[in-house]
Amino acid sequence: MPLVLEIISPEKLLLSRDVDMVVIPGAEGDIGVLPGHAKLITGLRGGLVDIYENNAITDRFFVPGGFAEVTESYCAVLADGIIRQSELDPAKAAEAVSAAKAAYDAVDMNDAEAYRVASDRLISAQAMVDSISPQRGEKG
Amino acid sequence: MPSLKTLRNRINSVKSTQKITSAMKMVAAAKLRRAQAQAEASRPYAKRMGDMMGALAAAEAANPNAPALLVGNGRDKTHLLLAITADRGLAGAFNGNISKHVRLQVQALEAQGKTVKIFTLGRKGNDSLRRDLEAKIIGTKNFVGKKTLEFSDAEAIAQTIIGLFRDEAFDVCTLVFNRFHSVMTQTVTETPLIPAAAPTANDNTAPEQNYEVEPDDGTLLERLLPRNLAVQIYAALLENSAGFYASQMTAMDSATRNAGDMIKKLSLTYNRARQANITKELIEIISGAEAV
Repeated sequence: MPLVLEIISPEKLLLSRDVDMVVIPGAEGDIGVLPGHAKLITGLRGGLVDIYENNAITDRFFVPGGFAEVTESYCAVLADGIIRQSELDPAKAAEAVSAAKAAYDAVDMNDAEAYRVASDRLISAQAMVDSISPQRGEKG
Repeated sequence: MPSLKTLRNRINSVKSTQKITSAMKMVAAAKLRRAQAQAEASRPYAKRMGDMMGALAAAEAANPNAPALLVGNGRDKTHLLLAITADRGLAGAFNGNISKHVRLQVQALEAQGKTVKIFTLGRKGNDSLRRDLEAKIIGTKNFVGKKTLEFSDAEAIAQTIIGLFRDEAFDVCTLVFNRFHSVMTQTVTETPLIPAAAPTANDNTAPEQNYEVEPDDGTLLERLLPRNLAVQIYAALLENSAGFYASQMTAMDSATRNAGDMIKKLSLTYNRARQANITKELIEIISGAEAV
């Protein structure tokens, strides 16, 4: 039984295809999803979505954050947009980090909501930089 | 009896009006297709988001510490009506229906002793409501000159609304927009935005909704709720734009037909007048000849 991976942005369905396994960057750690996975709803941090076919990564996409819904037969990733890992631009990523840092430094620490938004943004931007030459994945 | 020249001028002017309306109809039809495709494309996200919200909200609604965006802040004194209209006119009763509905709703709510505030999206609604309800309008936004509607637009609006909610500017928020059913029918629809779900004890934990949740229900809901608000506003904006073009298309179609009818009538009058003139001239010539 294949697993259907859907990556959906608010504007359109970005990707929908059968995969053997997918690793998504859950808010509390990476989650490997195989067919028959228990039903799960999770927040996503910024990071790489790795698509596995025949025990090898065939595609890697960077997602800036979002949510994922997992059931036995499908994995739906709700993200704002995806970038193919090979197309990530180091200059843009660095720029995003410095912009996010500036926003993070400027934020009012007593405003929990704004603080959370700013730190999420910084984590996501940092993840974009890290995704350009990722360490994980090679381990399998 | 108008002279031949004025008739000719009128026929020509109606003809050029007809050309304009039929061109507008064609443009609206093309834009309608695009707007419909955009609305179609946004559905998968909205559907999944709705599923997730449903699963989480059912579990969380009974929780006394549930987020205010979900269950409300416990009051319903001040109502905010978020009215969505188009930025442009010439679309029949499309924008008028929304303004009318908002006016009725304001009256109904005020009769119940509630305070009403209005937030308008779209220029036409703002222009119309501003005339008599200016004091109630607390904010407005339009998309004049913007080619395609992006999700970030809806997100910015959602942020504004949430900010107002946190500042306790209102307790209950309702979205008023035209739902697109078909090219011929758009109906004024109300959707409650805040609170997202009234707490109901009995639809708690339906067996098929046993999701594991990470990090945990509350944290995830806090992130999901603003998102969901933006998604709902985005969907309504897309419905509004599809409905607007459909309604403009219908309006321009009947305008074109009316212009055709008018041209027919005017041509008939014109030809009669021409005939009468010719007959008169002939009579003059004949009676002139007879008199000789």
